[in-house]
Amino acid sequence: MSKLSIITRGLVKENPTFVLVLGMCPTLATTTSAMNGLEMGLATMFVLILSNIVISLIAPVVPDKVHIPVYIVVIATFVTVLQLLMQAYVPQVYATLGLFIPLIVVNCIVLGRAEAFAGKNGALDSALDGIGIGVGFTLSLTLIGMVREVLGSGSLFGWKFLAGDGILAFVMAPGAFLVLGYLLVLFNKLAKK
Amino acid sequence: MEYFLIIISAIFVNNIVLAQFLGVCPFLGVSSRLSTATGMSGAVCFVITLATVVTYLLNTYLLVPLGLEFLQTISFILVIAALVQMVEIVLKKSSPSLYAALGIFLPLITTNCAVLGVAITVVSKEFSFGGAPHLMNLGEATVYAVATSLGYGLAMILFAGMREHLAGNDVPKAFKGLPIAFITVGIMAMAFLGFSGIV
Amino acid sequence: MAAKSNLINMAACLTGVCLVCSAILGGVFSMTKEPIEEASRKALLEALSVVLPARGEVNPEARSVELDGRTYEYYEQTLDTAAVCWAVKSTVGGFGGPLTLLVGVEKGGVVHATRVLSHSETPGLGAKCETDAAFIDQFKGFDTATKSLKVRKDGGDVDAITASTITSRAYAEAVACAVRAAAKIQEEAR
Repeated sequence: MSKLSIITRGLVKENPTFVLVLGMCPTLATTTSAMNGLEMGLATMFVLILSNIVISLIAPVVPDKVHIPVYIVVIATFVTVLQLLMQAYVPQVYATLGLFIPLIVVNCIVLGRAEAFAGKNGALDSALDGIGIGVGFTLSLTLIGMVREVLGSGSLFGWKFLAGDGILAFVMAPGAFLVLGYLLVLFNKLAKK
Repeated sequence: MEYFLIIISAIFVNNIVLAQFLGVCPFLGVSSRLSTATGMSGAVCFVITLATVVTYLLNTYLLVPLGLEFLQTISFILVIAALVQMVEIVLKKSSPSLYAALGIFLPLITTNCAVLGVAITVVSKEFSFGGAPHLMNLGEATVYAVATSLGYGLAMILFAGMREHLAGNDVPKAFKGLPIAFITVGIMAMAFLGFSGIV
Repeated sequence: MAAKSNLINMAACLTGVCLVCSAILGGVFSMTKEPIEEASRKALLEALSVVLPARGEVNPEARSVELDGRTYEYYEQTLDTAAVCWAVKSTVGGFGGPLTLLVGVEKGGVVHATRVLSHSETPGLGAKCETDAAFIDQFKGFDTATKSLKVRKDGGDVDAITASTITSRAYAEAVACAVRAAAKIQEEAR
């Protein structure tokens, strides 16, 4: 597989959100606006790339039976590093995303990539895989955030183009499920052609 | 009274799936049949309660006194993983019938973010149930954990019931499977929105 | 590819990984400790500069006062060594969860300004208590001697946010608590 295709397949063919339908909790919870979705995507990408690299390096010496706990510890370490860095340099973003930063540990995408790709491939390929899947995840979250922000608050990336409120339900919990559901329909429709 | 408010709030108002978006993956994964949904609910209830109590004690008596709160995420997830393993082994030995019912769901629970989510929430978020806002004590944390997992079970069983009916319906092709499931959950979440503000 | 599992290398590997990871985290923690404290100090100073008038000295050390069995944290502003204004942290139960405000109270119970520190109100409805200028500005210079800190529905003088009476009620209640706490502080200082 060429290096380029490792990156690009995370965008469409193996898009973590719309094709694999993984990591739904942060996808639904943090996409109240386009900016929040983008920030959550970038945070996940940070962990994904670093944990992929480290796991691909240590995988050959990790005994088979304990590989899952070892992977989880590595991922949890990078998540905590991310938590500390965010608290120090972007405390506002950390406050907005809240609980969902530590919960990157149990995001099935991260452990899934470690298990399915990084554990079997070299460091460079794993890094590229992390970038591909990470960018795919970030774009998906931003897209959902954009739709919800436009419908729910009448603005985009904080730029208000509609006076007054939008359809509030889209910023609240039901809107998350509905928007994701309809975007999946759209994705199915386009992908089938 | 306070415990009552915690229970109502955790089951209906701040339902863990429909309002807090925790544990959505297994919620979608095992809700296609009512029987598996019931089994998973039982297993989650068991693990959330146990994990919350253990991590609460770990946090209060080890991490906080030593000033090691930054190890919260990593130690909690290890405790949860170890607990799930232990529960599996103990159940296998002591109660084969319960193991037969819950066993297959247990490995899935380590990566259920509801477990870690509740564990982190009870040690970090202030709650105000009728009184002054404060961090939960052990009793409140336990009640909160039990009620939250009951809310999880309720949402899952309701949803599984609907999904069984949905399976027999003629759904447009592009909506088949997960898309229609998400839209159904969205409508359920809208119904649960009606509970907001009662506590 | 993966190494063979036996008890010794399994235990050694897990222990090793945990030790290395804890060491890394310890290092990162000590590196970020300073910036994290700096960030929270900056946030506090920023909030204080909003709720307190621009004059005199603000003591950034939190103090506390007991009132009706609850503890309020507050920061004191002094002008020529005399205390003139207090920024009181006040938390009440809102619509979606705790609502925490920082309230600047001047001598005699006049509110200088308020600021939301944290809330879990509904986006687009109650959450407007953080952004709705008309709602927030009515508390500036609110004199509790002549006006009542209750929403109009309850017979007071606070204009509620449209469709968010419970949040507005909680906000007014939090301000009222802060004013009472400030009165207690002045009483104790006497």
